[in-house]
Amino acid sequence: MVWFKRANPSIRTTDKRDTPEGLWSKCDSCGAALHKKQLEDHLYTCPDCGFHFRISPVLYFSFLFDGGKWEEFDGQLRAADPLGFVDTKNYPQRVRDTIAKSGKSEACRNATGVLDGSPLVVSAMDFGFIGGSMGSVVGEKIARAADRSVELNAPLIVISQSGGARMMEGAFSLMQMAKTSARLTRLGERGIPFISLMTDPTMGGISASFAMLGDLNLSEPKALIGFAGPRVIRDTIKRDLPEGFQRAEFLKEHGFVDTIVHRKDLRSQLIKLLGHMR
Amino acid sequence: MDFLLRSKHTMAAKVVLDFEKPLYELEEKLSEMRVYLKSGEVDSLSEGRSGLKREIEALEAKVESLRKTIYKNLTRWQKVQLARHPERPYTLDYIYMMMKDFVELSGDRNFGDDKAIIGGFARLADEATGFSQSVMVIGHQKGRDTKSNLYRNFGMAQPEGYRKALRLMKMAEKFRKPVITLIDTPGAFPGIEAEERGQAEAIARNLYEMASLKVPIICVIIGEGASGGAIGIGVGDRILMAENAWYSVISPESCSSILWRSWNFKEQAAEALKLTADDLLAQGIIDRIVTEPLGGAHHNPEEMAATLKAILIEELQGLLPKAPTTLVDERIAKFSLMGVWEES
Ligand SMILES: [Zn+2]
Repeated sequence: MVWFKRANPSIRTTDKRDTPEGLWSKCDSCGAALHKKQLEDHLYTCPDCGFHFRISPVLYFSFLFDGGKWEEFDGQLRAADPLGFVDTKNYPQRVRDTIAKSGKSEACRNATGVLDGSPLVVSAMDFGFIGGSMGSVVGEKIARAADRSVELNAPLIVISQSGGARMMEGAFSLMQMAKTSARLTRLGERGIPFISLMTDPTMGGISASFAMLGDLNLSEPKALIGFAGPRVIRDTIKRDLPEGFQRAEFLKEHGFVDTIVHRKDLRSQLIKLLGHMR
Repeated sequence: MDFLLRSKHTMAAKVVLDFEKPLYELEEKLSEMRVYLKSGEVDSLSEGRSGLKREIEALEAKVESLRKTIYKNLTRWQKVQLARHPERPYTLDYIYMMMKDFVELSGDRNFGDDKAIIGGFARLADEATGFSQSVMVIGHQKGRDTKSNLYRNFGMAQPEGYRKALRLMKMAEKFRKPVITLIDTPGAFPGIEAEERGQAEAIARNLYEMASLKVPIICVIIGEGASGGAIGIGVGDRILMAENAWYSVISPESCSSILWRSWNFKEQAAEALKLTADDLLAQGIIDRIVTEPLGGAHHNPEEMAATLKAILIEELQGLLPKAPTTLVDERIAKFSLMGVWEES
């Protein structure tokens, strides 16, 4: 394809467009004024109220892997337009615009690296690319991350951050739910740990496939997690939704999340958990 | 088939879709003319009985030609309407028309019994060839009127429906029986309790377990195949689809409301989503189309069921000899191929 620009290969820097611009920013939850340095030190969580800012795959990779070193794989995959999809904009144009505006190539990035001395595969989604929606590229990348984890006999961590399936690829998007789930069976039968980390949001076709299939389902605090969107539910049942509905804590209370992990503790918790599982 | 019989089926249809109206009006006229022909008054006409007969024949030809024109050129949205036709055969209709010895099995052994997904053992048998096979048949079940639709929740399953389906599939695996799923849902139910009981997890678990189930699975989209609620019982070795069914990641209405921010673009959304059986065959997502009687499955449910039954038997004969590991490997490989992307 000629229409995309190759993503900058020196990706081991913070993606500026994902973090608040300027020196000071305001916590979306408590309104506290937070200095850039403060945010970085707290891995983009609010030191006052614990609010978790949404961050990109690169940031997760940089604080999860030993020495902040990792290697991306399958970064060359780009969205095609199998349906010739046109809504208010045509799909290739939407993808082009998103790439140009965000500097991202798709809604998911794969990386291998080392965690506490052992190899690890991480696939991380990115809400900043068409709402983190899963089309063929995201599905294929997650499926290949599962393959890589089998090849390396290394645990797989998938970090979800998505509104659901990508409408513009129609049934192909739907099939990614089956594809990713099917390929994950290969880890299961080999006893390779698969840990799902659900961040804000993890909805629709994501929660209804790989995100809920972890040997361990972890979540960041207060992440929105669910099958149907809150608005759809409200419109269907015609009553207000309870406080905290579809938040990580609600999911844990109802038995679908093992543990809620503050981002600052994520790395140490994963080391501890994988120590038990391997 | 005898024209009168087909006409009777058409006339019996209480629900006439907008695009069927010209046809319906001609048929009504035709039927009035036939009544008139039988009455004594016709002899008073100057052309007499034979003249009216000629007129009827001409109109019959016109009706037949219009019927073909309409149903062979359906837009995607029109097919969606046919897929939702309230007289269309549903899962239990197919089971009773195609199978014997059906015993419905209830409950997920955990929470309750969902009425929007039904299942049980049944026998698929063909006396002519001597083929006879116990199967586990599972499907979404819609209702036909307000009361039964409330009972069936319009075919929108709760998590316990998907978990009942999984329980029955695991039992089929245990007793080495093939699984047949019939898909017909406007979506998994979006509700507070559904979320509390893990709608997402229930569907995800089914995808995972169906991918690795060690017995043959044939899935048939018989009506509506809406998103996660459909694929939640839709992972199989062979995916069949009724000619006028639809299958996609979202309904045209919801797609319209999200992408166009209005409910008024459902026709465009249906076109854009490419959600018909022809589309999905071209996309490599389904394996085979089940041809419907002209006008849709509800115009001749018996014929439709006979067609599907013959195809199911043929497909089962291809799958039953396969080793469990082959089935699973091929099934995973099949879904792995789905998707289109650019890779430099
Ligand atoms: Zn705060």
